[in-house]
Amino acid sequence: MDNVEIICNNLSKSFPGNSIFKNLSFKTETKKSISIVGSNGSGKSTLVKILANLIQPSKGSVEIFRNKTLLPKEKLLYKISLISPYFNLYDELSGFENLDFVYELKVSNSDKNNNSDTSEKEEKIGALLKEVNLYEKRNEPVKNYSSGMKQRLKLAFSVINDPDILLMDEPRSNLDKAGIHIMYGIAERQKEKGILIIATNEDEDKLICEDSINIEDYK
Amino acid sequence: MSNILKTSLLIFKKDLKSELRTRYVINSLIMFVLVTISVIRFAVGDEEIGNEILTGLLWISIFFSTSNGLSRTFIKEEEKETSVVLKLSADSTSVLTGKLIFNLVLTFTLNFFIIFLFIIITDYKIVNVGGFLISIFIGNFGLVSASTIIAAIISKANSKGTLYPVLTFPILIPLLVTVINSTKLASIGVETDKLYSEILILVSYSIVITIAAFLLFRFIWED
Repeated sequence: MDNVEIICNNLSKSFPGNSIFKNLSFKTETKKSISIVGSNGSGKSTLVKILANLIQPSKGSVEIFRNKTLLPKEKLLYKISLISPYFNLYDELSGFENLDFVYELKVSNSDKNNNSDTSEKEEKIGALLKEVNLYEKRNEPVKNYSSGMKQRLKLAFSVINDPDILLMDEPRSNLDKAGIHIMYGIAERQKEKGILIIATNEDEDKLICEDSINIEDYK
Repeated sequence: MSNILKTSLLIFKKDLKSELRTRYVINSLIMFVLVTISVIRFAVGDEEIGNEILTGLLWISIFFSTSNGLSRTFIKEEEKETSVVLKLSADSTSVLTGKLIFNLVLTFTLNFFIIFLFIIITDYKIVNVGGFLISIFIGNFGLVSASTIIAAIISKANSKGTLYPVLTFPILIPLLVTVINSTKLASIGVETDKLYSEILILVSYSIVITIAAFLLFRFIWED
């Protein structure tokens, strides 16, 4: 199994007139998990966005290594996945089509698998849709899904590429008990083969992680 | 097939499928074209109007119709909060290429419809068809490249509606002045080789604006 490491050096993020956090450093690697905690508005999602490469830090750096080799930015697309409340999947496409689109972009284009195998793809998408209990609704447009079903589809979206690093920002949003159970199943599986980072305020979520970062300590 | 081309085509296909299902842009553009050309017809009445003025009116229809639709590609991703899906799954060059292909297909389809209606309704006569088509083709390519990158810029702003014409107008002036002149000359029968200087300006403009779009887009898209 490849070993993936994340090294964050003195990360700071500020917006005009508003410092979010300062000098945040941490290091983690495959088979480790971290929870990011802090009150509402403390900057948990901002840190997750920086780790997902969606925004840049004001200072400091995030370096990701695979077997001690620094990964270039363009390779990170295939290694990192995110589930969060601040994005939506495509409403007009069905659950299957959404996953198919992302599979083609992330899996078929990755180094591991340059040739798209249709049966393998359908098998993978089907298995994920069954896991999140959306298989029966796979051909319905996402606009007809409830908010909990959309969140479950996002769970499937987040692991379709078997990510090395899975970032979960408030993963319980809109989920019922069964949905939370599915979410924990995915989180536990990720802990066995990669890095799991959860931004949360729920005590139960914190318990599944070994380490914790309190963002309030970096103000 | 290279990864960039493959990813771009996937994004184009996704946008096309999405557009055909929602008709988010197509319906409003068709109505816009019909209304604009009808207004031109009522304004012209039975007057005999030369190609100098008709070409200007044709480009007014093309410019406003296409710019109305082209701005939607990125705005829709931001408004529906789906842009993160693309950011997490595709590189910026492929996203811009996919959006450009979609806008080119949309614009050329729409232009075919506009020119067809315009010829029927205003009795517009084109003598040098080859020169006319070359001018329309290159002019539209430049228009799409410039409009697509501006659409990406304004999609991040709060006042999207007002910002789009404010930014596009100064950037598109050189293109519009040249393409209107070139189309007009071709329509009255000037031979294609005599349109060389206009076509050269259009090609240069399109190349410069497309390269600038690809250089700038990463900074707009990634932060």
